[in-house]
Amino acid sequence: MKDIILKVENISKQYRLGLVGTGTLKHDINRWWHKLLRKEDPYLMVGDSNDRSTKGESEYVWALKNINFEVERGEVVGIIGKNGAGKSTLLKLLSRVTAPTTGSIKFGGRVASLLEVGTGFNGEMTGKENIYLNGAILGMTKKEIASKLDEIIEFSGCERYIDTPVKRYSSGMYVRLAFAVAAFLEPEILIIDEVLAVGDAEFQKKAVGKIQDLSTNGGRTVLFVSHDLSAISTLTSRTLVLSNGEVIAFDETDKAIALYSSMQTKNKSFTQDSVFDKPTVTNVEIFTSEGGTVQRNKGPFTIQFEVMMPNSNTQNMALSFQVLNHLEVPVLYDYVFDYVTPVCRSKGKNLISFTYDNLLLYRGNYSLRIHLAETKNKIKFQEFDCCWFEVEMIGQKEPEWGWQKNVCQYIDKGNWKI
Amino acid sequence: MSPKENNSATWLFEIKPKSSFFTLNLKEVWQYRDLLYLFVRRDIVTIYKQTILGPLWYLIQPLFTSVTFTIVFNNLAGISTGEVPPFLFNLASITIWNYFSSCLTGTSNTFANNAGIFGKVYFPRIIAPLTVVISNLVRFLIQLFIFFGFFAYFYSNGAQVAFNSWTVLLPFVIVIMGFLGLGLGMIISSMVTKYRDLNYLIGFGIQLLMYVSGVFYPMSLIESKVPEYAWIIRYNPVAYIIETSRYMLMSVGEIPLNGMLYTTIVTITIFIIGVLLFNRTEKSFIDTI
Repeated sequence: MKDIILKVENISKQYRLGLVGTGTLKHDINRWWHKLLRKEDPYLMVGDSNDRSTKGESEYVWALKNINFEVERGEVVGIIGKNGAGKSTLLKLLSRVTAPTTGSIKFGGRVASLLEVGTGFNGEMTGKENIYLNGAILGMTKKEIASKLDEIIEFSGCERYIDTPVKRYSSGMYVRLAFAVAAFLEPEILIIDEVLAVGDAEFQKKAVGKIQDLSTNGGRTVLFVSHDLSAISTLTSRTLVLSNGEVIAFDETDKAIALYSSMQTKNKSFTQDSVFDKPTVTNVEIFTSEGGTVQRNKGPFTIQFEVMMPNSNTQNMALSFQVLNHLEVPVLYDYVFDYVTPVCRSKGKNLISFTYDNLLLYRGNYSLRIHLAETKNKIKFQEFDCCWFEVEMIGQKEPEWGWQKNVCQYIDKGNWKI
Repeated sequence: MSPKENNSATWLFEIKPKSSFFTLNLKEVWQYRDLLYLFVRRDIVTIYKQTILGPLWYLIQPLFTSVTFTIVFNNLAGISTGEVPPFLFNLASITIWNYFSSCLTGTSNTFANNAGIFGKVYFPRIIAPLTVVISNLVRFLIQLFIFFGFFAYFYSNGAQVAFNSWTVLLPFVIVIMGFLGLGLGMIISSMVTKYRDLNYLIGFGIQLLMYVSGVFYPMSLIESKVPEYAWIIRYNPVAYIIETSRYMLMSVGEIPLNGMLYTTIVTITIFIIGVLLFNRTEKSFIDTI
C-alpha cells in the first residue's frame, strides 16, 4: 500500500498576459455575465501553452496544464525545468499562495514552504525576535518555537548576532537563520525553493544533511526545486521534469536528469544577432573529433567564437568558456584576456578559436557556458549556455567494473610517486 | 500493486479553484493567534525605531493637531463647542477619528503592503488586516490615556465636563468603529489589487470624510447652520460614532440612539461584504497585484 501524502489532480493555472488595465474591467464584466447565466467562463477555453519564446495567438496562457502526480510520505522529490517551465507556479500552488484555475490538490499533512532569503524578516527586529515571527508565519505556535529556540540558534550559527537587528546581517546569515527556522518546523511536507545557493559551502553541507535527515529519520516529505542538478541528484529519489507547463517525466532522479539534459537544445552551434552598440558573441561552433556532436575521450576538440565589436581598438575584453557536465557542474575552464593576448580589437567580426589536443572527459553529456566581459570596468556583456555534445569512449576498452558515474569532475595530468 | 485510494476524510485539506462563498475560517485564525500577536508586537515595537522621541510620537501627533484645530476652527472660524473647552473637544474627536482613519488606510493597503510575504507563504490572510486594527487599538488606548490626563486637568480647573452612565458603553462604540474601518478597508483592499484607481481615491477621500464626520464641530451645528447639507452627515455612520463617543467622554451634545442603531446595521453589512470580497480576493490576488 502506498502512503500518499500529496495528490495533485489535473491542476492548471491560467495567466493573462500584458498589462492589467482598462481591458480588465471589460473581461471581468464579461466573465461575471457568463457566470450569471451559468455559462462556462469564456476565457478558460482559450489560451496557449506556455512557450515564452514563441509569439502566441491568445493573451491568455497556461502556465501549468493538467498536472497530475502523487508523492509518498517520506519521499524527497526534486522538481526541475528550464526558466518559465512552471516550477515557481507549481510551488505557489502547492504552498497555497495562489489557487489553481482548475483541478485540485489534496494534502495529507501540514505544509510549509521555505521562504526565500529573509522574506518575512523585519530588518529592525533582532534575530531572536525574527525567529519567533518567522516561525509563526510558517505556522508554529510561540510555545513550539520557544522549545526549539536553542536548537534553531545553534543550527543557524548566528549565536553572536542573535540580539542584533537582522538588517545588520550579511546575506549569508539571513539565509542561515531562515533555513534554521524552517528546518525545525514540523510540517509533514516541506517545500524548498533554491535557497541553498546563498550559504557558504559549510552551511550548504549542513543544510543538505538536514534535508536528508528530515526525510529519513523524520519521515518528512520534501519537495525541492533547484537548477542545481547536482544538489537534486544527491538529495532526491524521484524527480519531476517540467517543460512548458506540462509534466514531461516523473521518474527516478537519474533517469529524469538524463531526460532533462537530453532536452536541452541539442545544437552543436549557437547563433544570435549582434546587440546594438555592445560587444556580442554572435556565433559559437564546436568541432568534435568524430564530427557532429560526438566527441571521443582523448580526441581533439575545437571551439570557434565569432565576436562582433561595435568599435575598433576596444581594450580589456575578456572571453572565457566553461565546459559543463550533465549536472551543469563546470568541469573545464579556459579564457583569453585582452591585456595578456590582444583580442577583439577590430571593429565588426572577430574570429577566435580554442583547441584541446586531447580532451579528457568522462562519458556523458556536456555543454558550454560562454562569458564575454570587459575587465577594466568589470562589465559582463553575456553569459549563456550553448553547444551540446556527448563524449564517448570510442576505441577505448571499457574496464571490467564499468564506468563509474560522477566519480570526479576532472583529473589533470600529473605524476604520482610511490 | 494498486495505488491506495485515500478517501476524502483522510486528507487534511484540499485546494480547489473556488470555495464556498462565505468562508471566514475562524478555527484557522485561532490556530494562528500567535502570529497575530507577534505581528501586532512587531508593528508597535518597530514603528518608531531609530527615532529620538520614540513612543512620544504617539502623543505629539494628536496634541499638535488639536492645538492647530483649536486655533483654526475655534479661535479663527469661531465654531462653538459649548461649555466644553475647545482643546479638549478637539482632542477627543481627533483621538477617535485617528483610530478610524488609521484602521481604514492601514487595512486598505493590506495586499499591496504584504505582497512580498503573501507571495511566499500561506497563512490566513485576514491576519494582516486584523493586525492593523489591533495595533491601532493599542495606539488608540495610549492616546485615550492622554485624553484622560487633559480631562483631569480641565476638570480640576472647573470646566463643565463629566463622565456619565453611558461612558461604560464606550468600548462597544470603539469596537463598532474598529469593525467599520476593518470592513471598509477589506472592501477597498480587495478591489485595489486589480484597480489601483482606488488608491488615489482613498488618499483624498479620507480627508474629505473627516470634514463631513463632525470631527471639529458638533453634529447639531451643521443642522442649524446649513440644514440643506445636513443629510451628508446624517447618512455618515462615522459622524454618529464620533458624536456618541464625545457624549460618553465629556457629556457634550446628545446621544443619537437611532443614529447608533443605523451605524451598527451599516457596520455589520459592510463587514460581511468586506469578508466576502476579501475571501474571494485572497485566493488569487498574487496573480494580479
